[in-house]
Amino acid sequence: MSHLTCPLFSGILTEEREFRIEDYEGAVARWCSGCGDHAVLAAAQRLLRSEQLPPDRTVFVSGIGCSSRFPHYMKTYGFHGLHGRALPVATGIKLNRPDLSVFVVMGDGDCCSIGAGHWIHALRYNMDMTALLLDNAIYGLTKNQTSPTTPQGHTSNTHPRGSRLPPLDPLSVSLGVTNASFVAQTAEWIPAHLAATLEAAHRHPGFAFIRILQRCPEYTADLYEDLLKDPAAVELLVHDDGVNVPSLERSHPHRLLHDPRDLDRARSLARDASRIRLGVFFRDPSRPRYDDLFRIAHRPVAEKIEDLNRELDRHAV
Amino acid sequence: MPTRAEGEVEGSLGSARAPTATDREAARDGTLHGPSVVTVREHTVEVVSDAGEGAQKCAQIFGAVSAKMGNGVWTVEIIPAEIQPPPRIPDGASGNRVRIGEGPITNWGDAANLVVSFNEQVLLARHRLGALAKDAVILLENMWETHPDEAIQRQWVEALDELGQDTSYTIIPVPMEERCLTLVEETRRGKNMFALGLLARIYDRDMELVKAQIAHAFRKKSQEIYDRNVELLELGYGWADENLALRIQVPTHPSEQPMVVMNGNQALALGAVASGMELCSMYPITPATSVSHYLADIFERFGGVVHQAEDEIAAAGVAIGASYAGKVAFTVTSGPGLALKTEFLGLAVMAEIPLVLVDVQRGGPSTGLPTKVEQSDLLAALFGQPGDAPKVILAPATIEECFHSLVGARRIAEALRCPVLVLTDANLATGVQPFPRPKPREEWFGVGPDLSPVADDALPYDWNPETGLSRRFVPGTPGGMHTVTGLSHDQRSRVAYAPAVHQQGCQMRSRKLAAFQQTLRPPAVYGDESGGLLVVGWGSTKGAIEEAVDRAREEGLRVSSTHLTFLSPLQPGLKKLFARYERVMTVEINYSDAPDAPFIDDENRRRGQLAWLLRAQTLTDVDCWTRVYGEPLRPGDILQGIRVRAEQGATP
Repeated sequence: MSHLTCPLFSGILTEEREFRIEDYEGAVARWCSGCGDHAVLAAAQRLLRSEQLPPDRTVFVSGIGCSSRFPHYMKTYGFHGLHGRALPVATGIKLNRPDLSVFVVMGDGDCCSIGAGHWIHALRYNMDMTALLLDNAIYGLTKNQTSPTTPQGHTSNTHPRGSRLPPLDPLSVSLGVTNASFVAQTAEWIPAHLAATLEAAHRHPGFAFIRILQRCPEYTADLYEDLLKDPAAVELLVHDDGVNVPSLERSHPHRLLHDPRDLDRARSLARDASRIRLGVFFRDPSRPRYDDLFRIAHRPVAEKIEDLNRELDRHAV
Repeated sequence: MPTRAEGEVEGSLGSARAPTATDREAARDGTLHGPSVVTVREHTVEVVSDAGEGAQKCAQIFGAVSAKMGNGVWTVEIIPAEIQPPPRIPDGASGNRVRIGEGPITNWGDAANLVVSFNEQVLLARHRLGALAKDAVILLENMWETHPDEAIQRQWVEALDELGQDTSYTIIPVPMEERCLTLVEETRRGKNMFALGLLARIYDRDMELVKAQIAHAFRKKSQEIYDRNVELLELGYGWADENLALRIQVPTHPSEQPMVVMNGNQALALGAVASGMELCSMYPITPATSVSHYLADIFERFGGVVHQAEDEIAAAGVAIGASYAGKVAFTVTSGPGLALKTEFLGLAVMAEIPLVLVDVQRGGPSTGLPTKVEQSDLLAALFGQPGDAPKVILAPATIEECFHSLVGARRIAEALRCPVLVLTDANLATGVQPFPRPKPREEWFGVGPDLSPVADDALPYDWNPETGLSRRFVPGTPGGMHTVTGLSHDQRSRVAYAPAVHQQGCQMRSRKLAAFQQTLRPPAVYGDESGGLLVVGWGSTKGAIEEAVDRAREEGLRVSSTHLTFLSPLQPGLKKLFARYERVMTVEINYSDAPDAPFIDDENRRRGQLAWLLRAQTLTDVDCWTRVYGEPLRPGDILQGIRVRAEQGATP
């Protein structure tokens, strides 16, 4: 899918050809074996192939952290920037180039701690991009420090006697932001659900935020052990407007019909910590989009000169 | 370059005595000052009031009309120290200084020759700051003298006592309130038009132009408001005509070439349009914000967008993201914002993403003096990033240069793939000056990014080994896919592991500046090409420095000056230039230790920021004379500094 609305960049479509997985594969991923990032990378490459996104008109933007190496492993354009600051960069890219498909990859420290201010405002701007929170509940790159999503009591190098505070819930935060338009949760160890959620997010016209539950093989390996042992403990939110994965019906019998337009229910489902729920919590494609409201028009220079002269007239002596 | 005609200005209007009742009578019937029309080459006017009484609007209209009539003009805002000060306190003084002249005026001058003040307390503020010439003529609202509140009457008496000490002001009481009440019920909005009428009569301004300017100033208001303002204007004009004999003529010479008049922030905004940039990403900060106010008003017509980001960091990030993806974008901020943007600036250097950053400097450190001028971000701009972060820094010296600097900055940023910082300051931001009308050219606007296909193995950093320059691959360029990174990287933009890679990257980024420096010219010299003292300045101080140099030379001192536009890289030829003078001294608005301060010696003296830089780069013993009063430098103060240094020097 492409939206070549910008006159300056239309007419530069490359010749029609079928993109294959290899067309999206960049450098060999250097994450630890067993890291959830591998699964997300594979899912993203498959999404790009199934959507046939041209690699030269797709940008992956990241911050700093293990997961932020992501763009290096894609063969698209990539922007591996500053810790916590992927979203402003993505905002700038999209403002200048609405024709590009933009994906943002953040870790939990990146998005929910140092970059939390940008996260809230990106949800409100609601620009057309897909934001992935790769949440393994720990700082991995800097070797085992507590993150905002680390469970209470979990020990780390900065909290050797256990994290003191209850973790921040990225879903509740996101659902609390005015003008948020797409909030979903999925898990790195259920590839079919991950793929379906990515697809729904990408196709959503607006800012699609997905929290991806992950384990860090080094520091939070047993975080979701109970769920892995007993998939029935996971509750899948299903709806025609959300994510439906028929192949998971047998393995994940616990299902809840949830209409993603129901924001109040989405909030109460997110708040209820008794269960892990995966699926689309909220989706409203009709929310105003910043990139619709503020658009660079690339006007012809001759017209600009004429208008600038008119403006200078106002200051004429 | 006009020289200040001291004798003419100060000598002809002064009164040797403190004003008396007789003087007031005389002032009214015009017998005080001998010939009623005094012709001077320049004159400095201040209009001061409580905040909200409109002194600024009055003075701005007076300044604009003077410019249109063909006077040189420089105006400076007088900004109250508090957000909503209570009435009648010195800290609440709000207004403008307008310096007009027969020839070009390049700075705010030394002291006001004529003041219109709406109460005696705000007048005291100006008096205490030494802003008024010893023989200033003051038109003072007289309602407070007989105010029903006895406390106010007492304040009036005390204030006039204080004003009378060691000065020879001529204070002319004016019944502004009383006269305005004959037309309007509420004088708070409207007295300023009466004051404008006084000035229009005294300076013989073209009333049709004044009315046109009022119409422009109130263009968003109703016809009734315009009509009432014109009535008040005429009331003031008529009162001055009947009661004041004082007439001051500053000869006008309408320019032969088309001119425009605006302040520095407006010039930056229009310069941004002319540069072809299409995205201004900002966060509100004084005194930079008015650039975006003006842009927000007009940018859409040019297809542009003003993005108000959630914070200063995001403002930089959005501009960098936009630049990365296409045409160069810019961000505008002031000192505290520059501090917050530091990390992103480093990224733009490292990843070689063009960016234009405008820093309208204010007093620092920390929140500092938000509304007041300082030139103290130079070293932060140059060295603020951890690691080696070469970038271009330039500093416009005039309102006109504010306009053209952005056109240049965009081109340099694009050509060098690096951030270009434009340092202006609060003096330029609010200073208003006429300048030759720019004639926009197509090439100023630049073109969209080059999206022509590249070979699959093309290098995203294909550095020319001599210049460090390379083509950047903007998203949408077929075959150019790569990931830019703030990590040290090789020519493929792969994260660096080999030791030589980082060395090479730093070298290439640095080499771009050396290559660019080859295209710059040595700075021009104002005055003799060699001699006693060379004054070196940068940014908004140019006009005041050159005026001080003129006056010093009239006194027989061997003084020249030069002004640097580029601070990084420095313009070539400086060492040779400095060697032609016995002494070299910077004049700057930032802090330095006085050479004779306690404990200070040549080794531990902390010098002005440019002096610091020039000493390091040219191995010349560069001295400095700096002030941080939060106000533009006064040419008379610089002259004093020059005299002291000249006396200390071997051959003055």
